[in-house]
Amino acid sequence: MLDALLLLITTTLKIVAIILPLLISVAYLTLAERKVIGSMQVRVGPNRVGWKGLGQPFADLFKLLTKEVIVPTNSSRFLFLVAPVLSLAPAFAAWAVVPFTDGLVLADINAGLLYVLAMTSIGVYGVIIAGWASNSKYAFLGAMRSAAQIVAYEIAMGFALIGVLMVAGSLNLGEIVRAQEGGFFSWFLIPLFPLAVVYFISGVAETNRAPFDVAEGESEIVAGFHVDYSGMAFAVFFLAEYANMIMISVLAVVMFLGGWLSPIGFIPDGIHWFFIKTAVMLFFFLWFRATFPRYRYDQIMRLGWKVFIPVTIVWIAVVGFAIYFDIGPWFDIRSGVTG
Amino acid sequence: MSFELFLFYVFAAITVFGAARVITVSNPVFAAMFLVLTFFSTACIWMLLEAEFLAITLVLVYVGAVMVLFLFVVMMLDVNVEPLREGFVKYLPWGAAVGLLMFIEMSFLLTQRYFKAENFPIPAPSGPEYSNTKALGKLLYDEYLFQFEVAAVILLVAIVAAIALTMRRRPDTKYQKPHQQVDVKKSDRLRVVQMPSEKR
Repeated sequence: MLDALLLLITTTLKIVAIILPLLISVAYLTLAERKVIGSMQVRVGPNRVGWKGLGQPFADLFKLLTKEVIVPTNSSRFLFLVAPVLSLAPAFAAWAVVPFTDGLVLADINAGLLYVLAMTSIGVYGVIIAGWASNSKYAFLGAMRSAAQIVAYEIAMGFALIGVLMVAGSLNLGEIVRAQEGGFFSWFLIPLFPLAVVYFISGVAETNRAPFDVAEGESEIVAGFHVDYSGMAFAVFFLAEYANMIMISVLAVVMFLGGWLSPIGFIPDGIHWFFIKTAVMLFFFLWFRATFPRYRYDQIMRLGWKVFIPVTIVWIAVVGFAIYFDIGPWFDIRSGVTG
Repeated sequence: MSFELFLFYVFAAITVFGAARVITVSNPVFAAMFLVLTFFSTACIWMLLEAEFLAITLVLVYVGAVMVLFLFVVMMLDVNVEPLREGFVKYLPWGAAVGLLMFIEMSFLLTQRYFKAENFPIPAPSGPEYSNTKALGKLLYDEYLFQFEVAAVILLVAIVAAIALTMRRRPDTKYQKPHQQVDVKKSDRLRVVQMPSEKR
């Protein structure tokens, strides 16, 4: 009994040790977004609160905390308030299996990749429930768009992950990173380049980020599914979106960019590589937002169903043949795993 | 009572509660959400059985995809509950008869020799190295490959049939042709006209 209690306490502490830095990263990611986009549009971005604007995220947070949470009269009150939590919880839960360095992982489970995919697929409930419970047409349109989009891109994403699973020979995220040992040219980015591209773009679509942000679509449906949310309830949605962005970046790093491994063989590996790579991937998210105009809805569907899914299916077949015939420097290393 | 047993009872209680609410709650959206809850707690019970692949796949496929589409449809329905209630008394005997039949069948199964609890001893817990996914994959792609492929073909036929049944050709629908849109050049859309400026 005492052991179980001790385990519970240490696990809770570990969870806090992951969640707290994550929350701070989310806060500063919002600032980074505004600064990066500002500089891309030749503006300065926020620079009033604190030194060079570094206090801005906290100013925003306190503003949102002190605002009133308005529940629309004809909304479904319970679901309306539960929806933000439903979108935030999976965004946090997926972090349980992320390996930060060799052995530094909360839950080192065998089916880590599947678990991550399952958790990211649950996130859509928050959006749908929010859209329905608001009892507003704009919110409902946003929810419908988001649901169709997320279901479509999840398939491409799952197929991209199958390629990783085939080359790595394991579903454990730590094992996947270890399979990429030996410098930049051993990373799965190279043999699985089309899958990496498909994965990352699907990830952008899954998180409803620009240029796939039709679920929000300010110019069409005001703010989409969270049009009726204010104050803290809105902040939770915001938090979930950014936590999901970081999650997608981290997964791309773990699966295609060698996680904590250094790009050049003789330079020691370490957790800093993990963070640097994640930051680079996050920069792509911000860069996309500053660069691309929003996709039209039918173009999104076409890209998901008619481009990405065929690309991934073809590449899975290519990887299958390459593994079967032991072709290339990447595919022969795993041949021992099947035994 | 061990911790696992305690967890089992918690999840089982949630599952039964959720399943009961699916059929008793009046709002179809809430019913769908309770079905999600039921799936989720069932997955937790499977996890306790060390069937982690099946548990995660249940969440991934049923909660993450099937129920999303289900909810999608249910939300757009404008279901009026009152007319549905009217038939309750009329159909009650039929429902009770079907329920009784199912109860009798299940009690036959569970009390007969094949499915008695004694026939299913608790499997020895396998070590952390044991991969449920790998074991399942080996069985599916090795021993039961033929059956697996047949199931896949049946599913494919079902997909084709579903699309063929619901597809209607509507000649007046306008489609986007992306290749034409991409191939457009400036000269197709824009005509630059030179004209002398007007005198003031």
